[in-house]
Amino acid sequence: MTFDIEAWYGEINKGDVIVNHKGVITNDLITEILSIVENKLIERKENTRIRKKIYNVMVEALQNLFHHTDKLPNETNDNFGEKFVTFVLKKEKEDKFSYISGNYILKSRVKFLKDRIDQIKYLTHEELQLLYKLILNNNEFSDKGGGGLGLVDIAKRTGNNFEYFFHENKKDHCFFCLKILITN
Amino acid sequence: METLTIQGSPKTPTVEMDAKSGVIEIKGRSIPENSIDFYKPIVEWLDEYASSPSGETTVNIKLEYFNTSSSKCILDVFKKLELVYKKSGEKGVVINWFYEEDDEDMLEAGEDYQSILKIPFKMIELEE
Repeated sequence: MTFDIEAWYGEINKGDVIVNHKGVITNDLITEILSIVENKLIERKENTRIRKKIYNVMVEALQNLFHHTDKLPNETNDNFGEKFVTFVLKKEKEDKFSYISGNYILKSRVKFLKDRIDQIKYLTHEELQLLYKLILNNNEFSDKGGGGLGLVDIAKRTGNNFEYFFHENKKDHCFFCLKILITN
Repeated sequence: METLTIQGSPKTPTVEMDAKSGVIEIKGRSIPENSIDFYKPIVEWLDEYASSPSGETTVNIKLEYFNTSSSKCILDVFKKLELVYKKSGEKGVVINWFYEEDDEDMLEAGEDYQSILKIPFKMIELEE
């Protein structure tokens, strides 16, 4: 059965939403979203520590979406366009926020991503710190300009508080859903 | 050698690098999508500076946010400064790593660099 993105997006939008988006992702959009998030968190008088944590997680998560979302082939683009992504940032309760995103990735890349997340997910803070330093110092940049540190950084800042699903959606693509919990 | 000045933007830091006084300052936010392009002139400037550095080099890093792509480029900057440090001796280079009160993540980031590099860091807490 095809995963119903519309219904899922409706579901994740329930609650105290701070920012959301469903559509194409661009560099300009990331700049705009980050500014909205920052201003709204200040308006809401959230404490500096959690504000910074959310901002840092959003920077990495949105730039990951921008760099790693796979385009759908033109004939299956329907109403979603190229580099289609969805994300929501909302407050769950006092000092607890969630960031939930969904994007297409090629089925051929699922195993790599799944292995990478699973590798990170069960590491302790000390192990994450070691891995972070190892990747930081490896002098490698991907062809997309990333350093391979985004997920490790998110895990380090959030205490590994994330879950994910890959949903069958199109012939060659899966819809990848990621939920990150951010606490003080 | 000319001073390198780069105006800050919402995604890139303000940079001031003065060869004469030996004061190097990077402050603000460093969250560009392509950090390699942004840091290229900084690393190039340091290459030249390392060949005849000032007697004392003071480096002030006052970053509010930086993304992981920048973190690798910042390490490159420090590695160039490590060459200066090796050349000018123990008191030749001081790196002041500023972090805001309660920003443990930023303190930890400074400590990560400190543990990778053979160059002294001074951690300085800024009061809000």
